Amino acid sequence: MAINFDNALGIHPLALQFRNQRAELLASNLANADTPNFKARDLDFQSVLKEAQGATLKLTATQPEHLQAPGAGGSLGVAPQYRIPSQASLDGNTVDAEQEQVRYAENALSYQFSLRLVGDKFSGLSEAIRGE
Amino acid sequence: MSSFKIFDIAGSAMRAQSLRLNLVASNLSNAETVTSSINETYKARHPVFASQLQDAMAKPGKVGEADTGTGVNVLGVVESDAPALAEYAPEHPLANAEGYIFRPNVNPVEEMTNMIAASRSYQDNAEVANTAKQLMLQTLRMGQ
Repeated sequence: MAINFDNALGIHPLALQFRNQRAELLASNLANADTPNFKARDLDFQSVLKEAQGATLKLTATQPEHLQAPGAGGSLGVAPQYRIPSQASLDGNTVDAEQEQVRYAENALSYQFSLRLVGDKFSGLSEAIRGE
Repeated sequence: MSSFKIFDIAGSAMRAQSLRLNLVASNLSNAETVTSSINETYKARHPVFASQLQDAMAKPGKVGEADTGTGVNVLGVVESDAPALAEYAPEHPLANAEGYIFRPNVNPVEEMTNMIAASRSYQDNAEVANTAKQLMLQTLRMGQ
């Protein structure tokens, strides 16, 4: 029986990819906390999961002039959504630094969790190969 | 690997915030430099930030770029338009013919709050970079 990484690892590599991309977005929210007119953005796990499970049809851009569908630029095929600000700020910035910090920390923990799952899968596989 | 983008993003923010801190230091240190001419008086300087996304969106044909994180660009440094403060001090050695000296339009209270905000932002971004570094190291050790 051949080992298939996709079957063995399941959805966890995708989760890692999602956490990575979300960390990037949250980092840019925090980085732009003082940039006028910057709108905070975030990725929704549910929509990414739905996308991953029900692989939807995608259009291929064969010419540079082709318009990209929303989300086509991101590797997960889901577009980031803008946050609804809890407090309006005068310069049009919608970043709430505290909230973003909390979300970044939570995302980092989830990343470690997914990483642990993938890592354990790998050590399980290598144990099976060694036959110990 | 795309995780390195976090370092770029946090790094650009730290660069922008340290420029802001530098300008605050410059403003505060020059707060007491009096001159005899209103044109030579030091003017308070402030940075202008823009996200790199706004720059990217201004260029056509880069639609896909919008989906990834963006760093901070410093568009430039502007001088404050607030008028220099004229003070009547005829006995001052720098006083002009009418007996006036001119003080810079630096507001120390504003500068101090600016300094605190900049240092907080800097800390936030340093923390982001640090966490990303730890995650990267753990990813490298995966499966061991």
